[in-house]
Amino acid sequence: MKTIKILSLVTLVVVMSAFTVNKIAVADGYKVGDVAEDFKLMNVDGKMVSLSNYKDAKGFIVTFTCNTCPYAVGYEDRIIALNNKYASLGYPVIAIMPNNPDVQPGDSMEAMKKRAKEKGFTFPYLMDDGQNIYPKYGATKTPHVFILQKTAKGHVVKYIGAIDDNYQDASAVKTKYVENAVNALLKGNEVPEKETKAIGCTIKV
Amino acid sequence: MFLVLALIVSSCNDKKANDASNVVKAGEENMIEVANTDLEVYDFNGFQKFLQKKDDKVYVVNFWATWCAPCVKEMPYFEKLNQEYKEDNVEVLFVSLDFPHLYESKLKPFIKDKNIKSKVVALNDVDMNTWIPKVNEKWSGSIPATIIYKNDTSKFYEQSFTYESLETELKQFLK
Repeated sequence: MKTIKILSLVTLVVVMSAFTVNKIAVADGYKVGDVAEDFKLMNVDGKMVSLSNYKDAKGFIVTFTCNTCPYAVGYEDRIIALNNKYASLGYPVIAIMPNNPDVQPGDSMEAMKKRAKEKGFTFPYLMDDGQNIYPKYGATKTPHVFILQKTAKGHVVKYIGAIDDNYQDASAVKTKYVENAVNALLKGNEVPEKETKAIGCTIKV
Repeated sequence: MFLVLALIVSSCNDKKANDASNVVKAGEENMIEVANTDLEVYDFNGFQKFLQKKDDKVYVVNFWATWCAPCVKEMPYFEKLNQEYKEDNVEVLFVSLDFPHLYESKLKPFIKDKNIKSKVVALNDVDMNTWIPKVNEKWSGSIPATIIYKNDTSKFYEQSFTYESLETELKQFLK
């Protein structure tokens, strides 16, 4: 009980000091059901992007990903496919690159631009400049997906985890976690599997 | 063809009993495939025994991959630990999560070039959502991650280590 009290206090402090969020927040981050804050981050086209820019969206597939993680690269085509399928249905992909480019030069804005062009990303690919956003979400790795649903009280987190259950071979996937979640939300149903685990690359700080 | 492919790359999943026989075959294939080399490859069911030994030894099990820079950075500390505490009944095990198609071109050359002395096994099991929580409920899936255990006592770390911090944790198991 005491632990819970301390934890809630820590959470409160972290939330209240949103602008000075640091590594402490990584341990917390959003849980399914929490309201996610909006952000304003630089896209590879030089423009700033916020969730509030998307007036017609029903929600978002927020995906923390990067250029340099083999798991993230392995999922690039599937992330593009997700956006192609769901953007028009109201759930666009918003990709955020959480690594510190000073530590991981392969994830610099220039490198992100290059990668987005090579792969023909159809979604924004944003730099988490200052690394303030990923700790709020509680992203710990790339790729790491957070599905948000737009509601009267804000962007509610509906799913946290992996894209599907086979990082090695897209053709051998048995369960498409993200698609199942978005399909359920579009039908007004409960997300069948709200949290999944997958190996990913640590976010470089 | 699609189904065959799915079964070959998939791994043991005890929930799906009807798949079991095929999956076991896939597992055996893995073992045969590497029989003429010195890399042991396991699906999670096969691997689990490395987390469940009860022989009074302290096991330091590190999950890593050649593509994971922080993992590679801390490997010398685990190697040193393995060397220095051998006589204290401590054993380090490196569990590689490298992509199977890179075992030959990346993983094996890495083990050879870096002259890794601790035991290395490869874990090849795509159904991560099933096995990650079995390693530890708290594991989000990022690597490096490490388990130190002795018989029924274990501690899980989703973090990087220095030699000093690793030694400090190990010492708790040596008391």
